[in-house]
Amino acid sequence: MADLLKCPLAERERVVGKGRAQVIIELTKGFWLTLRRLFSAPITIQYPEEKRPSVPRARGLHRLERHENGLERCIGCGLCAAVCPAQCIYLEAAENTEEARYSPGERYCRIYEINEFRCIFCGYCEEVCPVDAIILGPQMEFSKGNPKDFIYNKERLLVPLKSKGELPASKDAGSRSSSGLVASPMS
Amino acid sequence: MAQTDTMILNMGPQHPSTHGVLRLELELDGEIVVKATPHIGYLHTGFEKNMEYKTYHQCIPYTDRMDYLSTVSNNLAFTMAVEKLLGLEVPPRAQCIRVIWAELNRIGSHLVWLATQALELGAATPFLYAFSEREKILDLFEMASGVRMMTSYSRIGGLMADLPAGWIEKLAEFIREFPARVDEYETLLTKNPIWLKRTKGVGVLSGADALRYSLSGPNLRASGVNWDIRKQSPYLLYDQFDFRVPVGEVGDTYDRYLVRMIEMRESTRLIDQAVRVLPAGPVRSDNPKVVFPEKERIKESMEDLIHHFKLATEGFSPPAGEVYFSVEGPRGEMGYYIVSNGSNMPWRVRVRPPSFLNVQAIPFLISGKMVPDVIAIVGSVDFVLGEVDR
Repeated sequence: MADLLKCPLAERERVVGKGRAQVIIELTKGFWLTLRRLFSAPITIQYPEEKRPSVPRARGLHRLERHENGLERCIGCGLCAAVCPAQCIYLEAAENTEEARYSPGERYCRIYEINEFRCIFCGYCEEVCPVDAIILGPQMEFSKGNPKDFIYNKERLLVPLKSKGELPASKDAGSRSSSGLVASPMS
Repeated sequence: MAQTDTMILNMGPQHPSTHGVLRLELELDGEIVVKATPHIGYLHTGFEKNMEYKTYHQCIPYTDRMDYLSTVSNNLAFTMAVEKLLGLEVPPRAQCIRVIWAELNRIGSHLVWLATQALELGAATPFLYAFSEREKILDLFEMASGVRMMTSYSRIGGLMADLPAGWIEKLAEFIREFPARVDEYETLLTKNPIWLKRTKGVGVLSGADALRYSLSGPNLRASGVNWDIRKQSPYLLYDQFDFRVPVGEVGDTYDRYLVRMIEMRESTRLIDQAVRVLPAGPVRSDNPKVVFPEKERIKESMEDLIHHFKLATEGFSPPAGEVYFSVEGPRGEMGYYIVSNGSNMPWRVRVRPPSFLNVQAIPFLISGKMVPDVIAIVGSVDFVLGEVDR
């Protein structure tokens, strides 16, 4: 390995801890540091009483968004299910009719299921959704006792309608899509 | 003369100092290790095989989960291998951000190493200090990618998204404070007599032996071989930055410690330089056949929508051929060898894992040593079992 340039460890004295004075000096330095740190502000968060603030891009539990008039955003195109690396999304689309209208366009999603056990929270579904219907929200705590409860169907995923005529709880749907989970020049 | 029997002792798979689930079968003669056999495979998940059934985009989240402490370099090695296969150019801003992330990840990974190594040798304070600093790195990752560890931030042709507003300021704050934190760790350990006694001259590995075991990264450099892929075959913007590669002299546990401490300082310098030259511009290359179009565009342009659907459902098909690309990960050379047969899924993905080769050297390093030294040596070579088993 003659051709490989050899540079020794950066200018650093290599003291071997011999001599009682040296031992005491070095140990004292360490203890002095920990003693000083004892009086600095604690950084511990008292979870679960106190929680870390979530970030706008957080990739937690999914939710299905609605339009402002309460109609579902999802059109059942199936891109999320196709791109999902863990294959945890199952959906079936159906046609809207005049009597039963779920989404603005022709088609809506009749069955939408996410197996949150399989999901790896990569966020690809949110990234590819062409109508910003599926969003990964800030909810990270959804452990349950029964494994079957981890299969989230459409009713559990959809943002609930508060009441008839009232704007649904898709509070930050618009801001999120532009908040950067897709590549868009932001800063 | 009485014949003494040797004893078999299983260290692991649930031993706290095996960094995952490694079972070391130690044959002991009293307190001396006669023979050591690592048993791996407890975390086997079949990532490599799985990737043969995924499109190239879908493979990226898999790479995170191999070496879960250096997710960024895993993503980077895979995405850059695919980019090399495609001959795809990545915008300079994305390259610069990739450097920043890779170095942040190196610091984070070395901090975990330092924390666990110190804890295993009985120093609990550096453990808490190092993890509190790593928390800041994970916060930075979370702010930009949405998750703390499995970031998948590097994508084929660029990045997942541009950095959010305020990220650079937060990063600047971190790199301003971090050198003082490294000083603190060094105050606690570098000349601490107990630390010196536990690490100096323990697990000496000569440069020739390190090469013989195909070691790379800090372990190889601690043994006196100056080999860093960032210097030897520069990728991204590493050839434009000024940084030193620390090289050890003895190759013992102490040198492996010093090399990593200096690497953390050099990574901080690298980030500082990269932030200063961070160019403006897009973070994804503009190749609609390979890279997802911007989401605002697909709502307006039919052509982009078609590309978007095609990419999401089918992916892209690179030309048939094979490619190898490696980056300098925190644990060593992290490489991906990808064989494409021209379809939309890789025909074979082979990972060149630094951790696997590090584990390979363990029997050689600990044979003939005392049991307490086993902990010091096993910890010092630094491996992550998720990547060993894949």
